[in-house]
Amino acid sequence: MTLEMFFQHCFNALTLGSLYALIAIGYTMVYGILRLINFAHGDILMVGAYFVFFGTFAYGWPWGLAAILAIVGASIIGVAIERVAYRPLREAPRISALISAIAVSFFIESLAVVVFSGQPRPVLQPEWLISEWQLGQVRILKLTAFVPVMTAILVAVLLYVVYRTKPGLAMRAISRDIETTRLMGVRVDNIIAFTFCIGSALAAASGIMWALRYPQVHPYMGIMPGLKAFIAAVFGGIGSIQGAVIGGLALGFVEIMTVAFLPELSGYRDAFAFILLVLVLVFKPTGLLGERLKEKI
Amino acid sequence: MKLGKRLAGLAMLALTLGFAGQAVAAEPIKIGVYLPLTGQNAFGGQLELEGIQLAHKQMSTVLDRPIELVVVDNKSDKVEAANAVKRLTERDKVVALIGTYGSSLAMAGAEITEKAKIPGVGTSCTNPLVTMGKKYYFRACFIDPYQGAAAATYAFENLGFKKAAVLMDMTNDYAVGLANFFSRSFKKLGGEVVASLKYSSGDQDFTAQLTELIAKKPDIVFMPAYFAEGAIIMKQARELGATFRLMGADAMDNPDTVKLAGKAAEGFLHTTFPYDPTMPTMSDEAKKFTEAWKAAYPEKDTNVNGALGYNSYFMIYDAIKRAGSADPEAITQALAATKGLVTPLGTVSVNATHDAEMPVGIIEYKDGKRVYVGEVTPKQ
Repeated sequence: MTLEMFFQHCFNALTLGSLYALIAIGYTMVYGILRLINFAHGDILMVGAYFVFFGTFAYGWPWGLAAILAIVGASIIGVAIERVAYRPLREAPRISALISAIAVSFFIESLAVVVFSGQPRPVLQPEWLISEWQLGQVRILKLTAFVPVMTAILVAVLLYVVYRTKPGLAMRAISRDIETTRLMGVRVDNIIAFTFCIGSALAAASGIMWALRYPQVHPYMGIMPGLKAFIAAVFGGIGSIQGAVIGGLALGFVEIMTVAFLPELSGYRDAFAFILLVLVLVFKPTGLLGERLKEKI
Repeated sequence: MKLGKRLAGLAMLALTLGFAGQAVAAEPIKIGVYLPLTGQNAFGGQLELEGIQLAHKQMSTVLDRPIELVVVDNKSDKVEAANAVKRLTERDKVVALIGTYGSSLAMAGAEITEKAKIPGVGTSCTNPLVTMGKKYYFRACFIDPYQGAAAATYAFENLGFKKAAVLMDMTNDYAVGLANFFSRSFKKLGGEVVASLKYSSGDQDFTAQLTELIAKKPDIVFMPAYFAEGAIIMKQARELGATFRLMGADAMDNPDTVKLAGKAAEGFLHTTFPYDPTMPTMSDEAKKFTEAWKAAYPEKDTNVNGALGYNSYFMIYDAIKRAGSADPEAITQALAATKGLVTPLGTVSVNATHDAEMPVGIIEYKDGKRVYVGEVTPKQ
């Protein structure tokens, strides 16, 4: 392998990894606060990408405007899902909420097939994002730089909200003890709705980024990225935002480098990613940065 | 009293049976259709259904009996495909059936027709296993070893390429089959296969595989993908600065390929069945089909899947006519003996393995347009 090829692989891995990281932080935030694995996360991602598709193609909006409106639209849908599918199950056993999340996921996918049709559609890529820099043999898309920067900004905003604001304080309180938080006069339902609002906005943002890199939208586009990002979140320690970023980047690098160093086994790159996950969980059951939770029942 | 009731019941039964027996002669001949009208393969299924319906409109009676189509959606799902065929053979009592787009769906259907002893004609299921060892299953298309060999022949002989590579979805029978047949033929012709890389269904990132391929410097990369992921591969290859040509197979034959891939489709090649609206010289039969299609579906372009649907129906119609009977057993024998049937896809004969023999068409994308550049008959 030449040095150029190695660098090319590194940049490919960085793009893929930061996309996984962006999706994973949404998963991990909702889990960290509610202990709920929001399986519909990948589908919100799809909805966000579709909103941009319709905004740019059907209404001819500029990409930036379409992206912002898509994030707002997806947040509203996220809050609505919480209201309809999760809030009534707040007192129910955790497994019921999980099953409800899976049902929501199937519902959104099927609805999307009916409303948007199953036909894959091309996505507009703004020219300034897909042009490339060339350094010798290595080609770097501007998008490759844009996605990690975007991920970093969103993580910073998220950390600020969670650790430096009043609603963030309430979120952290809810993650410790929901009943006591309620007794302290916090409007728990509003805070949880707010959590879903942010989570869905993150999902939509990552869907938009994903559709820039892999420029097609179709109703099942969120499944694989959602699943991979979930693995990344568990790998990094689910509940930890920094862990999700590390997990996402690690997963991207493992996948790309498997193909780079073992091209004969290129079809098994998911298997390598899972082996790594199993190894981490064997030696550190809470993931890389996860904290041990006291089960409270 | 009790006995009287029973007798009355028997008499009623005899009457109904008698009437039913008489009614059969006037009853329509039922031909079943099972296609993916929803789900992942809905697009192809819909096109083929339109072709079948066009043929039905043109050839709606045989042996002085009307033909009735019974259409069932197989939802792009193997289990649903088996259920659809069960329904058609058991409940609707069809004498023959057509289907389907997608080899794995057709394999599920063929298992059922074999037990029911009802003949079936596959539309665009190109995997050899669909008809292998089956007495009652046929197809209106050629098979993958033939198609893979044709792609290799075109790359080696017509384009003069000596170094090839393959990129395949290792979880898809169609892709693995074609990639292997291509490699085998390309080597036999005297070429070199410098790399064979894999991915799995649902992957959207091919940058690692493509970077690897670029380093191996092949002249052409054969990637028998479905059109949506094929378009992503083309785009990513272009972004990484790949200079090799890309070639696909009949699953890339879709009007949307160029929409999804945009500029990256330039120079892309794929094999397909010998019908295309852009063919430079069309047979009379193909012209007639094109005109009939335009009259029936003015808002839709003619396409190869429509032609395959048309041909599947035509083959059954022709078999019933030659057999002089709508008995499934007689239709099966007549289908197996199909020879020199003049169709929009050329002159079709059914061979020993129940495939329709026809040349392989080649499509190339030039200046954002698909062009039918010619036909090849494979050399092994």
